[in-house]
Amino acid sequence: MAIAIGDKLAGRAALGDRLRQAAEGVVIPTLALIAAMILFGIFVAVSRVDPLELYAVMYRGAFGTWFSWQNTLTRAAPLILTALCTALPAQLGMVIIGGEGALVMGGLAATAAALALPGAPPLAVQLAMALAGMTAGGLWIALAGGLRHYRGVNETISSLLLVYIAIALLNHLVEGPMRDPASLNKPSTRAIGAANMIGSIPGTDIHWGLVFGIIAAVLAYFLVYRTTFGFAARIAGGNMRAAKVVGLAVGRLVLAMCFLGGAAAGLAGMIEIAAVHGRANGNLAAGLGTTGILVAFLARHNPLAVIPVAVLLGGIGASGGLIQRRLGLPDASVMVLQGIIFLMVLASDALYGRIRFFAPRGG
Amino acid sequence: MAVAAAAGTALGWWGVPLGVVAGAVRVSTPFLFVSLGECLTERSGRINLGLEGTLVMGAMTGYGVSYLTGSPWLGVLAAGLVGAVFGATHAAFCSLPRVNDIAIGIALMLFGIGLAFYIGKPLIEPQAAMLPSINLGWWSSVPPLRDALRVNVLFLIGVVLAPALVWGLKNTRWGLILRTAGESADAALALGYSVNLIRLGATMAGGFLAGIGGSFLSLYYPGSWNERLSSGQGITAVALVIFARWDPMLCFWASILFGGAGAFGPALQSVGVTEGYYLFNAAPYILTLLIMIITCSPRRTLTGAPAELSITRS
Amino acid sequence: MAFTRISRRHLLQGTAAIGAAGAIAGLLPGRPAFAGDVVVGFIYVGSRDDYGYNQAHAQGAAALKKVPGVKVVEEENVPETDAVEKTMESMINLDGATLLFPTSFGYYNPHVLKIAAKDPKVRFEHCGGLWTEKDPKNAASYFGYIDEAQYVAGIVAGHTSKTGKLGFVAAKPIPQVLRNINAYTLGAQTANPKITTQVIFTGDWSMPVKEAEAANSLIDQGVDVITCHVDGPKTVVETAARRGIMVTGYHCDQSVLAPKAYLTGAEWNWEGLYPKFGKMFMAGEPIPNFYRGGLKEGLVKVSAYGPAVGEAARKAADDAKAKLMAGGFAIFKGPMTDNKGKMVIASGQAHGQTDPVLERMDYLVEGVVGSTS
Repeated sequence: MAIAIGDKLAGRAALGDRLRQAAEGVVIPTLALIAAMILFGIFVAVSRVDPLELYAVMYRGAFGTWFSWQNTLTRAAPLILTALCTALPAQLGMVIIGGEGALVMGGLAATAAALALPGAPPLAVQLAMALAGMTAGGLWIALAGGLRHYRGVNETISSLLLVYIAIALLNHLVEGPMRDPASLNKPSTRAIGAANMIGSIPGTDIHWGLVFGIIAAVLAYFLVYRTTFGFAARIAGGNMRAAKVVGLAVGRLVLAMCFLGGAAAGLAGMIEIAAVHGRANGNLAAGLGTTGILVAFLARHNPLAVIPVAVLLGGIGASGGLIQRRLGLPDASVMVLQGIIFLMVLASDALYGRIRFFAPRGG
Repeated sequence: MAVAAAAGTALGWWGVPLGVVAGAVRVSTPFLFVSLGECLTERSGRINLGLEGTLVMGAMTGYGVSYLTGSPWLGVLAAGLVGAVFGATHAAFCSLPRVNDIAIGIALMLFGIGLAFYIGKPLIEPQAAMLPSINLGWWSSVPPLRDALRVNVLFLIGVVLAPALVWGLKNTRWGLILRTAGESADAALALGYSVNLIRLGATMAGGFLAGIGGSFLSLYYPGSWNERLSSGQGITAVALVIFARWDPMLCFWASILFGGAGAFGPALQSVGVTEGYYLFNAAPYILTLLIMIITCSPRRTLTGAPAELSITRS
Repeated sequence: MAFTRISRRHLLQGTAAIGAAGAIAGLLPGRPAFAGDVVVGFIYVGSRDDYGYNQAHAQGAAALKKVPGVKVVEEENVPETDAVEKTMESMINLDGATLLFPTSFGYYNPHVLKIAAKDPKVRFEHCGGLWTEKDPKNAASYFGYIDEAQYVAGIVAGHTSKTGKLGFVAAKPIPQVLRNINAYTLGAQTANPKITTQVIFTGDWSMPVKEAEAANSLIDQGVDVITCHVDGPKTVVETAARRGIMVTGYHCDQSVLAPKAYLTGAEWNWEGLYPKFGKMFMAGEPIPNFYRGGLKEGLVKVSAYGPAVGEAARKAADDAKAKLMAGGFAIFKGPMTDNKGKMVIASGQAHGQTDPVLERMDYLVEGVVGSTS
């Protein structure tokens, strides 16, 4: 009886600790965000723009109307997927910044798959596209992971170099071997066909990529925090040497995590083709992969946190046009704000465990 | 050369090697300065991926100051100083507990580029005073050769700086302290030095050099300020440091190689080989990756790698 | 550290600020921001002051701003992705824009077509697209035959060149670019039939280091007059001036960048067109869905000749200009072979400027060094 009560008390304390921990994970980034907004407010005040007006305009552009919400969510959709490209390998302590390359390769492969299946039912084409896109993106990043594990090549640098190579390959193919001769002044591949486009979520202008992104993020979360595979990865991420000593198949973990991350970005590429462009061309490399890095770091590589952060950054992107038009601020304002937020959130890492309120109290 | 003589001023196929060499000298300087700066920073045990942002800020600042004062050298100095401030910012954030230097670098890259674009809008149109060049080819009668030998002072400074840094790292007390901080923070601490302070100095010096590298872009080659000026020179230079094994002299050769590889595509096209130019343009990146694959090894830590460097720990 | 203290100290203020921001946003009425005026939106793919493609459009927008009753909103650096769809919709929904100028070629298909189908009450004037009967009626495309101005510039270049070698720094081998390279070369060949134009494709609409490198490679090969077709010609113009060769400009007047080296240039004249379109739109007059024109229609112009242009060059160029202004003169006429020796226009055949065949050009004429792939 006494033991049972003790257990219950301990359970309650543990629950309290867990809640406090969760609260810490929400409160600290929020503080960082507020600090960033204040700093950026001072920054624009120097340019003689009223910070309050700025944030009012930004709010309106990002979340103020139903149209703004759709704008924000449309921009957030690919960011969720490209963020996973950085967040998943990060579980192993790897810093992959090549999501853009995986997105491009994914988009290319998805297009090739669609063009190879003329006349097939749309669902089959779309599945083939997704599969091809994920495989190509996955292999692209797995290459960086493999080079790291088997050759000791730094993955941050190699994944970056692979971005440049992927973009060159894309341009070479869409302006050479894969070019549709009828694509006159905008060299592109042939179109995948209107029937094969994936369209929008009913009642909205937001394409299905958002749903795919959310599903992928949730799956990634379960993989990382609820499976032995994820557990092993996190152990290895904590201490690679110890993981090797314990006998974890680190090489396989590295390849698998990189493949999954790359597959997410590759899927983003497939969605860009199947929901936006309808064919592959140079516009596939529009920096979505690069913004994904930012999303992953701001979410502290937590796949679930990637979703709200992507929405936040999508909102900042959506409001960027409006602050240009209404307040005369340069388009680079968005980058400055993103940079400040990034710095503040990273700096706030130093606060974890420092605020007494969130400290575990035990039983 | 017979062909060239026949055609008067044209060089024909000889233009390809000449173009590559001339291009190497023209294009390599930003890579050289950024990689030398990053080399110093990394030898102290910290990596600064934000040098792309520093480079762009340096380019914008250099151009702006040169435009406002009429003195390109003041522009170079200002670019260096802004770079040092960015370096100090990086070091300050990194000295916080649990803050990851790679992530701070990416954040500063974004911030630096954004800030430079933000402030630099009004500088896209005006023309600023350019850095002068030194004519080392006065003896030649072939105009393209004369022009290839027209080199910028900053390049020459870089040529001197690389061996000087090698010597300084090896033989001076400062060099020793820097290397100690990079090899073992504990040892530096035991010797009574503040690791954070050493790294602050090294990152500021690295930022200073990267800023100057940026000013070369805007004040000499290609010699104007706009938002597409850097196509990743700063971040690629960081890759070159790893490729160059943290050796300033190898950084020099890597920069030359990279610059030359970048000039290969246009040089080939100028003699009529236009097929596959995207792939030729990607040559520097493919080359860097290939050499890294060949020279890296999974079994031993990289020769010359500072032991404290986060990216080389496994 | 200092900033954590700041964030705590300013926490309350910050919260208050956000609260206030939310309140203001809530109070903002849902109507368009600029009541009363016709709101016209301009969207640029690059920077507005690039001395090139985007600046030419921005100058047109500036001219339109002066028309009473017009309010112009502008956004720059908008990529050719769904971002431009959202920008167009944002201008429509949040600014009340009823006339849009998405000025980059890549915006047209699928982005402009998609939004035009969705918002039939808004007029979309796109630069460079090929509007066809299948496309929405509220979408339209206009473009200028700038190859006419390039032809005239080529005549000046051909007369000025001493080495008989011209250089052309181009972005991509697409019809619009190839047509310019060909017209330039054909113009130059009227002065010197043996003249050649060497082409370097940079593969990118804006990449200054590559453009400078291309210009230098060409100059090393003995080119003494150079021109370009990239978004911002500033780099090529300045590089030419520094290396002491001549240059002809593109998109805008770049003579201030190189007063001595600048011979002439092929320019857009959007300052003429946009106020005209704006007034027609306000008066409810129909604007043609497919609108094209050259020197005669005033859509393009030739820069004033620089000091290095000789008397013969001036005269030949003026003659050609007069012929083009009069109409009926065809730049592309047979017999014409491409640089691989293939007959591309048969003898006796001539393609007038309006001939759609020219908008599909996929060859480089004889005398051009380079290939289209």
